[in-house]
Amino acid sequence: MPKVKVDGIEVEVPQGATVLQACEAAGKEIPRFCYHERLSIAGNCRMCLVEVKPGPPKPQASCALPAADNQEIRTDSAMVKAAREGVMEFLLINHPLDCPICDQGGECDLQDQSIAYGRGTSRYDENKRAVTEKYMGPIVKTVMTRCIQCTRCIRFAEEVAGVEEIGAIYRGENMQITSYLEQAVTSELSGNVVDLCPVGALTSKPYAFEARPWELKKTLAIDVMDAVGTNIRLDSRGRQVLRCVPRINEDVNEEWAHDKTRHAVDGLVRRRLDKPYVRKDGRLVAVEWDDAFAAIAAVNAGSSVAAIAGDLLDCETMFAAKALVNALGSSLLEGRQTGMDYDVTNLGAVAFNSTIAGVEDADAILLVGTDLRHEAPLINTRVRKAIKKGARVFAIGPEVDLTYKAEWLGNDMGLLGGLPDRAAEAMDAAKRPMVIVGPAALKNGHGAALKLAKDGSLVRTLEDGTTWNGFNVVHLAAARMGALMLGYAQSGGIADILAANPKLVFFLGADEVDFTKFAGATKVYIGHHGDKGAAAADIVLPGASYAEKAGTYVNMEGRVQRGDRAVFPPGDAREDWTIFRALAEVLGVTLPFDDFAGVRAAMAAAVPELGREGLVRFDWNPPALDAKASGTVTYPVTDFYLTNAICRASPTMQRCSAELVHGQDFAEAAE
Amino acid sequence: MADAPNIPDEAEVRARWGNFAWNSANAEKAREIVARYPEGRQQSCTIPFLDLAQRQVGAETHTQGWLPVPVIEFVARELGLPYMRVYEVATFYTMFNLAPVGRYHVQVCGTTPCMLRGSDDVFAACKNRGLVKGKTTPDGLFTLTEVECMGNCASAPMVQINDDNYEDLDYDRMTVILEALGKGETPKPGTQEPGRHTVEPVGEPTNLVAMMTDNHDYRPEWGTAS
Repeated sequence: MPKVKVDGIEVEVPQGATVLQACEAAGKEIPRFCYHERLSIAGNCRMCLVEVKPGPPKPQASCALPAADNQEIRTDSAMVKAAREGVMEFLLINHPLDCPICDQGGECDLQDQSIAYGRGTSRYDENKRAVTEKYMGPIVKTVMTRCIQCTRCIRFAEEVAGVEEIGAIYRGENMQITSYLEQAVTSELSGNVVDLCPVGALTSKPYAFEARPWELKKTLAIDVMDAVGTNIRLDSRGRQVLRCVPRINEDVNEEWAHDKTRHAVDGLVRRRLDKPYVRKDGRLVAVEWDDAFAAIAAVNAGSSVAAIAGDLLDCETMFAAKALVNALGSSLLEGRQTGMDYDVTNLGAVAFNSTIAGVEDADAILLVGTDLRHEAPLINTRVRKAIKKGARVFAIGPEVDLTYKAEWLGNDMGLLGGLPDRAAEAMDAAKRPMVIVGPAALKNGHGAALKLAKDGSLVRTLEDGTTWNGFNVVHLAAARMGALMLGYAQSGGIADILAANPKLVFFLGADEVDFTKFAGATKVYIGHHGDKGAAAADIVLPGASYAEKAGTYVNMEGRVQRGDRAVFPPGDAREDWTIFRALAEVLGVTLPFDDFAGVRAAMAAAVPELGREGLVRFDWNPPALDAKASGTVTYPVTDFYLTNAICRASPTMQRCSAELVHGQDFAEAAE
Repeated sequence: MADAPNIPDEAEVRARWGNFAWNSANAEKAREIVARYPEGRQQSCTIPFLDLAQRQVGAETHTQGWLPVPVIEFVARELGLPYMRVYEVATFYTMFNLAPVGRYHVQVCGTTPCMLRGSDDVFAACKNRGLVKGKTTPDGLFTLTEVECMGNCASAPMVQINDDNYEDLDYDRMTVILEALGKGETPKPGTQEPGRHTVEPVGEPTNLVAMMTDNHDYRPEWGTAS
């Protein structure tokens, strides 16, 4: 534990910390461009210069200098000030003065730091360098003349995204950052380089020239594009969400978000349901709320009702729907809309027990039928980190590119019963073995995976006395864990609902259901997008999307998180719980809440875990299932960019899908 | 960069070089190169492999050789590296040609010592022979490039043509060299100064003369005796 003095303040920093970190520990701000906590150290921008004694009598790059005992560091000396001014002047020599037309303006590191540390004037009167724009795909817009060659984007692509397609070509003054042959970067995490870029060289293409950061209302929310529960900030102006950026949460998403999280928001203003509709003579006709409610009451279903929850729902919506269905005298609730029917008697057996951050600690990982890169990209980055720490990764399923080298054992679930020797030995030898079961494998491999967990004692007490649970299930739907906690599960899945033959079925934003099987029932779709569900429904009630309502979400590890409302729902659309509350009046039943706080209170009373934010630890009491497994796996995500109604309405996601998944050629000629 | 070479990645280049593979002699050399580095450190072979590939392309096209994109990708595949990592190296080093060059790649040094010793005359000789900077002559013989210091300042001005250096040049000597190369002859590489063998001092030595014959200790004379 080296003790150093920063500007006379004595601080103790952990072994291996850098001088920069020591300065931060002492509360000193160090300007930097290339240094980033989550990337390797490059030390090429030279902005973080400080004076260090003992050492050579010249400024030192603090980001790349290890802190050592008895160092005396000055961040406020004349030498440091002159050095920073010099570096800033060099950086600005070739940086264009186009801040007024630059999208980074207002949130630009270079802008901020030139005000704080620059000279104020330029002495350079030669011609500036100009660099042609590079094509990097549908997400990232480039203005490469602004680039200061910090190489953060290169390091991110290589280290975090695992897609080595960004690099620096040529040398010296001619050095340019580009994607390989200016092809689109084929990473689902490519949008993060926009946040990483300290200047306006890489900016968001869909968000280009949309807004200035100070015009935006910032709302803290939770992402619903996958079951990771990425913490996001929705930036809105007026009635529209203009962009979505990740918040830092070390336990969940670190500071990354995938492209779907970031850029599906333009789907929030397209294909929206903004009026109730009732099907008359085979066509959906726009009606008033009263008429729509009357049409539902006219079905006169009595207690023959059911509710099927979609993938993007908050817990409050599902709770309100459950309260209505229960009040009507039914308990037909199902959240697994594609028809999955895995056993949910013990939620621990279907949760991501190791926690997302816990993946990094694993030393042997077995992926069972999961295309983690597309099912949960931010868990995939954790697996990459685990590999960097020395973990071995084995995988059962069809071979796909996971951005790291997994040892593929074959596409046969039967392997769960007897792992090949190399995998079995590695799992046995591991201190923290981990199995990650994908949604595809739950169908015919759940029992076998649980048996593997038992035989391999994946749940164990570690040497330090903590409990390690290495059994993990990946879900695709943001609503899934919440739905299971609220009891949205029949033992036979949707088949049980069909068997009960309900007269009235509420589809809560459920678009992936096989609607043909519900031909006999009156189908009420309550959701926000005119997608498959609305097209198949008899009555459509317009609801709110995740950006338009406050909500509680539970991610796949059981973390209860809450998001706020960024904007109001469009047109006649309402927040979902109010729809059920109003419908209850029409159907002649009472629900135990009158306002949103009441919904939350009633929900917390019913399921106490949903009442407080934080990680829910599910009991580990796996059911005894048939441990025989056989057959192959087909990954459920065939098109990463078009997995739900919001993405399908988003032009950016459609473009990503066409270009990155289906290989359509959109490469633009350089201007 | 307006004058940066445009990387040819057209269909013709892909068609011509898409099937590039080591010829048998180079395959042997490649194995030898790989064997120089420990397992898992194949990235170290990038530069020798690119050089080998450029030479093979040169042999196949009877030029000094260049690196078409499919060849760069071939090298990356051979080493199990992402294309970008090899491409970065190929663009970094000026000795890798990213566009086709002629039979002789004439690289004239124009850095200060050579310039002071008359590199402008060398350029003039090139110009009179029809060479234009950055271009290949119509007969496909010469490509002229101005380069930075090649470390032959003691025998400046100098030019590197393919693998050989020609030093102590002036207008006439450069003209003679280009004429000889044009006729298919190979002029004697190294210094062109009659009587000079390498970069030894021209004429009698003037400094540290006493050390020529014995192990003379100058330090007492300099007042720095230890």
